[in-house]
Amino acid sequence: MRRLLLYIIIITTGFIFIGRLFYLQIVDDSFAGLSEDNAIKVVYDYPQRGYIFDRNGELLVSNQPSYDVMAIPRNIKPFDTAEFCSILKLTPEQLSKKLDKAKIYSPRLPSIIVPQLTKSEYAYLQEKMRKYPGFYIQKRSLRDYQTQNGSNVLGYIAEVNNKIIDENPYYISGDLIGKQGVEGQYEELLRGIKGVKYIQKDRFNRDIGPFKEGIFDTLPKKGKDVTLSIDAMLQAYGEKLMENKRGGIVAIEPATGEILSLVTAPSYDPALLVGRKRSANFTKFYNDTYSKPLYDRGLLAEYPPGSPFKTINALIALQEDVVDIHDKFSCNRGYVYGRGRKLGCHAHASPLDMIPGIAQSCNAYFANVYRRIIEKYPTPQEGIDTWAKHLNSFGLGEFLGYDLPAGRSGKIPTSEYYNKIYEYPTYKWFATATISNAIGQGEVLMTPIQLANMTATIANRGWFYTPHILKNIEGESISDPDYTKKNFTTIDSEHFIPVIEGMHQVYKVGTASALQIPGIEIAGKTGTAENFTKINGKRTQLTDHSIFIAFAPVDNPKIAIAVFVENGYWGGRYAGRIASLMIEKYLKNSISRKDMETWVLTHSLEDEYLKPLSGEPFSINK
Amino acid sequence: MAKGTISFDWITILIYLLLISFGWMNIYSASLGDAPSGIFDFNEIYGKQAIWIILGLFMIIIILSIEAKFYMKFSSVFYIITLVSILGLFAFGKTINGATSWYVFGGVSIQPAEFAKVGTTLALANYLGDIQTNIKLFSHQLKAFFIIVLPALIILPQPDAGSAMVYAAFLFPLYREGLSGIYLFLGFAGITVFILTLVLGPFYVAIAVVVVCLLSLLQKKRRRPKPLVILGIIIGAVALSYSVDYIFENVFEQRHRDRFNIVLGKEVDARGIGYNTNQSEIAIGSGGWLGKGWTEGTQTKGQFVPEQHTDYIFSTVGEEWGFLGTSLVVLLFMGLLFRLLFLAERQKSTFHRVYGYSLVGIMFIHFLVNIGMVTGIFPTVGIPLPFFSYGGSGLWGFTILLFIFIKLDSERMAF
Repeated sequence: MRRLLLYIIIITTGFIFIGRLFYLQIVDDSFAGLSEDNAIKVVYDYPQRGYIFDRNGELLVSNQPSYDVMAIPRNIKPFDTAEFCSILKLTPEQLSKKLDKAKIYSPRLPSIIVPQLTKSEYAYLQEKMRKYPGFYIQKRSLRDYQTQNGSNVLGYIAEVNNKIIDENPYYISGDLIGKQGVEGQYEELLRGIKGVKYIQKDRFNRDIGPFKEGIFDTLPKKGKDVTLSIDAMLQAYGEKLMENKRGGIVAIEPATGEILSLVTAPSYDPALLVGRKRSANFTKFYNDTYSKPLYDRGLLAEYPPGSPFKTINALIALQEDVVDIHDKFSCNRGYVYGRGRKLGCHAHASPLDMIPGIAQSCNAYFANVYRRIIEKYPTPQEGIDTWAKHLNSFGLGEFLGYDLPAGRSGKIPTSEYYNKIYEYPTYKWFATATISNAIGQGEVLMTPIQLANMTATIANRGWFYTPHILKNIEGESISDPDYTKKNFTTIDSEHFIPVIEGMHQVYKVGTASALQIPGIEIAGKTGTAENFTKINGKRTQLTDHSIFIAFAPVDNPKIAIAVFVENGYWGGRYAGRIASLMIEKYLKNSISRKDMETWVLTHSLEDEYLKPLSGEPFSINK
Repeated sequence: MAKGTISFDWITILIYLLLISFGWMNIYSASLGDAPSGIFDFNEIYGKQAIWIILGLFMIIIILSIEAKFYMKFSSVFYIITLVSILGLFAFGKTINGATSWYVFGGVSIQPAEFAKVGTTLALANYLGDIQTNIKLFSHQLKAFFIIVLPALIILPQPDAGSAMVYAAFLFPLYREGLSGIYLFLGFAGITVFILTLVLGPFYVAIAVVVVCLLSLLQKKRRRPKPLVILGIIIGAVALSYSVDYIFENVFEQRHRDRFNIVLGKEVDARGIGYNTNQSEIAIGSGGWLGKGWTEGTQTKGQFVPEQHTDYIFSTVGEEWGFLGTSLVVLLFMGLLFRLLFLAERQKSTFHRVYGYSLVGIMFIHFLVNIGMVTGIFPTVGIPLPFFSYGGSGLWGFTILLFIFIKLDSERMAF
């Protein structure tokens, strides 16, 4: 025993040590990761975000420098809180709350304490920074808007939230990310790739040079500059015309599917969502449930399309061969179907065949046409589904697939839908039960961009490119087949000739004859859509929506446009005037009918929008 | 005996050279500045250490060429020189890091406590090697204790508790030479009660002691301890437990309490007193299997571990050489200790054997306390890792201690 004791003790000690070392070095990996290494500081180098240009090369969005105050919680030593707070205009409570939050995120990684300092704050703080160990200033670039328009198109930049950080490891707390619009859609293109530097630190938190001579460091990759299909001049003009109104304008170049303008009203200046006032403004917009400035009506609002829809019913009827363009239908101020039920119409010559039927927007004519489409088939179910399939080929009733992150599918009813609401087979239903579809009322819903695309498709005589907003990336045209492959409709192109002639007549002699532009041949269609809201649970009718679609010139379409003005009454009143002005502005770059422009600019619909909120009885369509 | 039978134990010398070289490589890494200069640059820590090592090699030649009889004959003189040198610190010593443990001559500082082990070892070996000494006699035990405790008591108030603690190592040769096992048992039991008290509190320790003692009553009558002994053990243990609690709370200073509490996991304060241990664990832990490579340790470069080139040098091994390096060092030390034990055991004379056992004991305590501290198993007690830590005094002290034994071993047949 006396000889063995030391051997035993030495062996035991040796094994305990090796076990302990095995635990520290192999089992317990809490000390392993590079970023968790307290000797390494990770510094990110943020690249310039790509610029955004309009289709004519006009700069819309560039960058401006901004300075964030960052902190690495574990490196903070006691400091003069009062002075620090007074420089940054914070209360000590706000500061300690921010520091707590930063600590929870990570004691070793940097967090933003005060974002986006002004130049003068930066200059002043820069001098004092050495007094605050653990804090430093990080330069970042922010958006600098060269335009006051198109906030809905451009989107905005915001700080990433925890959800984004969890889902995408590229982002760390305090990073910026594009949201909505082009910034959101093309975030990866625009942002580039941030560079990273690993810096060796000593125990006083001083930098003592790059870690391993920088072999793990990466250089930032600049974001790509993009050119949009938007025409900034037209966009600005559209937004100006839509002031004091609600609704949307979508203009598309039919030959390419490029979106020329995407106006939503009301809107806001994109510069309001930059800098330290961003969050206050954003909250203000977000909470404005009354006019909803963040709601892109051009993409999201689903309206009944009204009379412009008749053009497609005419096309389907021709394709299904249920009507000849010379077939006449009489109209006695409406169309009577079933006992005492009547689809009303306005006063015009009767009977009419297709071209004047479109020009005069005769409800009775289209009720007959629609019934023929549906009743061609043995059952109304088959009829409706055939009709719906033609509509789907125009991109209706489903997502269009354009390159913006917001959208709605609209609605094209099918037999399934009607079977459900009419409780088939307990009860039967017939074409007449769906007769409102004939005139674009009833169950059909479309977004303005769908309506504009439908117009472009008619302009193209039967095909369309999926609308898109990106024109080229650093001078290189887009090649995504989603946007460079023609989508053909189920309608043969010959059937478009009489329909386009009808739409042309709308301007010549029909419902939009007052909106002609000298020297430009336009095809268009007015629309007036009934709409309802609920006031205290009671379904209440509001003033009709004013709708207009048009393309021009008729023989070589350069622009197809759809205009929706909420509660603007009949189609020609607001939407028609606005469409007409937009076309002239785009094609001629000047306005010959100043009185019409003045009328639109000086008329407001704010009173109309206040009516349902007033709590008092009101009259409509006046 | 013929001169031809004299040979040095080359295994020990090989392990020594391995430890010294590997140690220096780690000191080099831990003290590497921005602009590396020559490895013998006396302005750099690694340069100084390189020079100590080279001079040490010459010293080894001198030690090995002196006859073994010289060390035995003059052991008392060495002991007296030792006592004078450590006593002299009170008058001429220089205070570094709060401990008055150094003489400073020009740019060179010498820590006599590192050499004191040699004198004490020689004196103890000489006393026990005396044919008239019988360690089983209480009066002789007292004399032996006196030889050991005297230098420890002089070193303790410098204050240098770490160096003083090393003198506990001399219990091993005493035990080997026949000191009753009860001393070791009491020491071990005392330490156990001490630690358990700090972890659990005196009340539970008292209950545990009583239960253990009552269980011993269940043994066969012949082997059962006498009731009086049991009562004595219970009273002693409970008294110790409560006094430990009292001493810990009232006699210890806060810094002592902190050091114990950290190791016992009672208070975790990574930025405060536990900083050294925590940084050391981070450095070792970040090494993984193979480490980050020589001079590539980020924690080492950043000088996060305080005193890394001295007491915490093992954390550099951990970071830069990984588990491979650390386990190799542990195995080298185990190998050296085993080899020395084997050599000690084959000695014919008591003087030689006691010297060998003392050497093993001292090296073992350093090995145990230093690596235990660096890996966070032991409280922070500042003693160097033999042959590894930076410091000329420590290096030379251990080198002299070791090579006198190698010399003694080489001439063992002569006695």
